[in-house]
Amino acid sequence: MAETVVSRTGAGAAPGGPGRWPYEPAPGRGGRLREGLRGYGLIVGMWIRSTMAYRASFLLATVGNAAITVLDFVAIAVMFSHVEALGGFTLPEIALLYGSCSASLGLADLLLGNTERVGARIRDGSLDTMLVRPVPLLAQVAADRFALRRLGRIAQGLGVLGWALSVLDVDWTPGKVLLVPVMVVAGAGIFGGVLVAGAAFQFVAGDAAEVQNSFTYGGCTMLQYPPTVFGKELLRGVTFVVPLAFVNWLPALYVLGRPDPLGLPGWAAYLSPLVAFAVFLPASLAWRAGVRSYRSTGS
Amino acid sequence: MRLYLAVAAGGFRRYAAYGTATAAGVFTNTVFGFIVAYTYIALWDERPHLGGYDQAQALTFVWVSQALLAAASLIGGGFQEELQERIRTGDVAVDLYRPADLQAWWLATDLGRAGFQLLGRGLLPLAAGACAFTLALPSDPLRWLLFLLSVALGLVVGFGVRYLLALAAFWLLDGAGVNLMATVVTVFFSGMLLPLTVFPGGFGEVVRLLPWAAMLQVPLDVLLGTHAGSGGAVRALGFQAVWAVGLLGAGRLVQSAATRKVVVQGG
Repeated sequence: MAETVVSRTGAGAAPGGPGRWPYEPAPGRGGRLREGLRGYGLIVGMWIRSTMAYRASFLLATVGNAAITVLDFVAIAVMFSHVEALGGFTLPEIALLYGSCSASLGLADLLLGNTERVGARIRDGSLDTMLVRPVPLLAQVAADRFALRRLGRIAQGLGVLGWALSVLDVDWTPGKVLLVPVMVVAGAGIFGGVLVAGAAFQFVAGDAAEVQNSFTYGGCTMLQYPPTVFGKELLRGVTFVVPLAFVNWLPALYVLGRPDPLGLPGWAAYLSPLVAFAVFLPASLAWRAGVRSYRSTGS
Repeated sequence: MRLYLAVAAGGFRRYAAYGTATAAGVFTNTVFGFIVAYTYIALWDERPHLGGYDQAQALTFVWVSQALLAAASLIGGGFQEELQERIRTGDVAVDLYRPADLQAWWLATDLGRAGFQLLGRGLLPLAAGACAFTLALPSDPLRWLLFLLSVALGLVVGFGVRYLLALAAFWLLDGAGVNLMATVVTVFFSGMLLPLTVFPGGFGEVVRLLPWAAMLQVPLDVLLGTHAGSGGAVRALGFQAVWAVGLLGAGRLVQSAATRKVVVQGG
């Protein structure tokens, strides 16, 4: 829906007349969410147009973005030139973990990744400008400098995932077929919740964008290896405290027909969407609390 | 010389001012250290003595890499974006007027920055790793001295590469694409993803001769005492010194070509 708004009012001179601000608050119930999505769509559209002004640079950056993650996978392939299995998992099985988590993180990073800039905006005072605009702050911050080049990581992740699915010998059931796309989207939701929580944390901690990298990029580095590689304490932490295990470990283990090292039942694999919601809710509440406590630096 | 020492001290203090960012970096390096350490344990359990390291040496590789990561700007950061911005906006013209050498100025700034990050973001993750795992850290002070020397040479090599990238902005104006590609190459060829000794066959041999090897792989081999060939550490430091001199020289050549290109607009 947001896309159609962009294309209708996309051109600099909106059809509404010269100089007319193309944004009108949406009335009615649920208006705030619609408002947010609409504002998000408009800002994203603007950044995409600005990116496309330098098409060659955009292509180079997208390819570079994919290349970073390709080399990640090359390193795993080099490991497998020395071993048959890692933690009891073969290369295609690890590719399933790698591809799904890379695609999820890429998706979350594309849609919400720039929330990490909020710390820098608090520091230089430019968050103030955003607060006076009639668009929800989270939508503005998430769409800020929207980087379409991040499609590179998503494409690479989906590519590896596709390869894994084509070579793996899986006993497919309708439930498992459905679980694969659900895993990628719900995984993106969980990472998205972590990104919003990280952004909220920066209202308290100042410039601490790197902490959330531990949970997003660090989490993804961990999730691309099988859970059998890691200690039980760490597994409990990423299952019950920061529930990253639901991004891909639990669904992928179920697809592969392998038991969960913590002994969770099989149906836990289908909980990812609920977990994503459960992460997003406190994260968005924390964001609200952060915005309310915000005091401008005054510079 | 006094001037450049002051510049380096400025670079050090500038990064020391961001306490929260440093703490966040220490946390991140420690978390990554744990994750990578577990994967290395799985790998070395499967293949003991892979790449010529035993498990304790492999784990040392992980934690010392995390400790050097920020100082050596292996995944970005550092001075090049700032210099590129000054080139793009034309502020570099002012820098060229100063009674200081452009390359030496930025080298001093970057070494000051690296010095802070070595202490601020290096020691704590390494200590955390040493507490949680059995590491093969040497007890011989001479070995540590050689390691620090090797780190310093590695920092200069890293600077040399990034200075060339920064100067590319004289022709490209926008450095974002080059920086991204450079990060890709650095992460892969420095040994950060996997020790370069694990890379197979002829590919591995070529990779170990490239300048990126001087940034991480060589200092680690000097620390672990595993550098191959006769002369050991001396040869390793020589390898770094050759790249450092070569890259700094190339930087000078490109710099003089670039400054001839500068047109100062009046106003």
